Amino acid sequence: MNFEWSVVIANAKFLLVQGLLGFGIYGGGTLRLAIPAILLGFVVGIILGLARLANRPWIHYPATLYIELIRGVPLVIVIFWFWFLVPVMIGRPVPEYWVALTAFVIFEGAYIGEIIRAGIQSVPRGQVDAATAAGLSYAQTMIYVVLPQAIRNMIPSLVTQFIVLFKDTSLASIIGMMDLTKAAQTVSERELRPFEMYLFIAVVYWCFTYSMSRFAQWLETRMSPDRVR
Amino acid sequence: MIFGFLGMTYEFKWSVLWVQPHLTWLIDGISTTLRLAAISWCLAVLLGILFGAMRTVPFRPVRIVATAYVEFFRNVPLLVWLFFWYFGAPEVFPEVVRQWFIRHGIEFWSGVAAISVYHGSRLAEVIRSGIQSIPKTQLEAGISSGLSVVQTYRLIIIPVALRLIVPPATNESLNLLKNTSLAMTIGVAELTFATRQIETYTAKAVEALSAAALLYLVLCLSISTVMNRLESKFAIPGLIARGVKAEH
Repeated sequence: MNFEWSVVIANAKFLLVQGLLGFGIYGGGTLRLAIPAILLGFVVGIILGLARLANRPWIHYPATLYIELIRGVPLVIVIFWFWFLVPVMIGRPVPEYWVALTAFVIFEGAYIGEIIRAGIQSVPRGQVDAATAAGLSYAQTMIYVVLPQAIRNMIPSLVTQFIVLFKDTSLASIIGMMDLTKAAQTVSERELRPFEMYLFIAVVYWCFTYSMSRFAQWLETRMSPDRVR
Repeated sequence: MIFGFLGMTYEFKWSVLWVQPHLTWLIDGISTTLRLAAISWCLAVLLGILFGAMRTVPFRPVRIVATAYVEFFRNVPLLVWLFFWYFGAPEVFPEVVRQWFIRHGIEFWSGVAAISVYHGSRLAEVIRSGIQSIPKTQLEAGISSGLSVVQTYRLIIIPVALRLIVPPATNESLNLLKNTSLAMTIGVAELTFATRQIETYTAKAVEALSAAALLYLVLCLSISTVMNRLESKFAIPGLIARGVKAEH
């Protein structure tokens, strides 16, 4: 078996510019999907996490049900749900990019919501009592007292989840969105060099996820309570 | 039964799930999913124990090898590994080995390789943190109270470590089960593949996908219920304050 690595160099521009960044005739792009998905998923996650902790049952139970249902189902199934259902519901086809983005936000929001809930529960009850005694409203207590401490506690699991989300964007290629995985698939079908192609994109994915996990470690030591004064 | 939304109508026909041959596809799909998950899980646990233990060894070269395995495999999407093991890896093997795999269902075994190596690296992390969470003083205390090293491990360290590892390992095992759905992309006829096939033949996407979602939900919830029972039955009072149930 002899390898031909020049295939990688010849197609690097297509893979990185079109597949990774999403600039080109096909749209899509791993980063163009991952960054909005992480930001929106975080927002949905905060809402869900707070809803799970709410005292009112009509907020608490729907949020719990939503999280438990989504977490018992594979991501592929959620993506197919949106892929087949949304066009039926709105009566016209939807671009793959928007289907994938919606599915990711809905799916990862449930996981991030659980992390947020655990983080908020890790803040001692006395902090809330003290804030209430000092005259802060519920929203003020959350924004100025609880969330800053909770977010510090949940940073490691939050970044781990963002890494998982980044890796999960490869699933958008199943419904045909042109991301890094789909680009490699297209090229390897043309060049018949699957070994080199898939190993190359594995390294590209690895560079991103590994630097994210190093960043998380750095953030963790920097934000640990004995460093923050 | 007709369902209308924003002027669009969709006619439900749930019977597509139990007319033949669709029912056979579904049942075969479930059994393939379970077989794929079971074989991959056993291999992943073996890899996880081996590399997880290697990461705690005091000898540096062994640690480096294990760290390289864990960091490389768990940081790349499973889908990329599936394509790699299915399209790329077979051409590296000698012709005889490849022919054997092609005769014995190469999709399935590529799926097993990808899932077990990927989840093996993730389980290795779970096992490493479980081992490292046992303080060294436990071993010293056991020995100084007159137990042998083997007895200390058998009676003190392993029973505690197992209880610490089981919740995150359950979590990871459920991830493995859900991730077998990706094997569809390389043509393994598992549950997701079967429901997609029903959808293709009947154009009844809602019914087919509901069936798949429900079956995965039942599988995941039953495993996590059993594991929660086990966990609370074997919990050490005062040591593991886990009010939350196993995550899936």
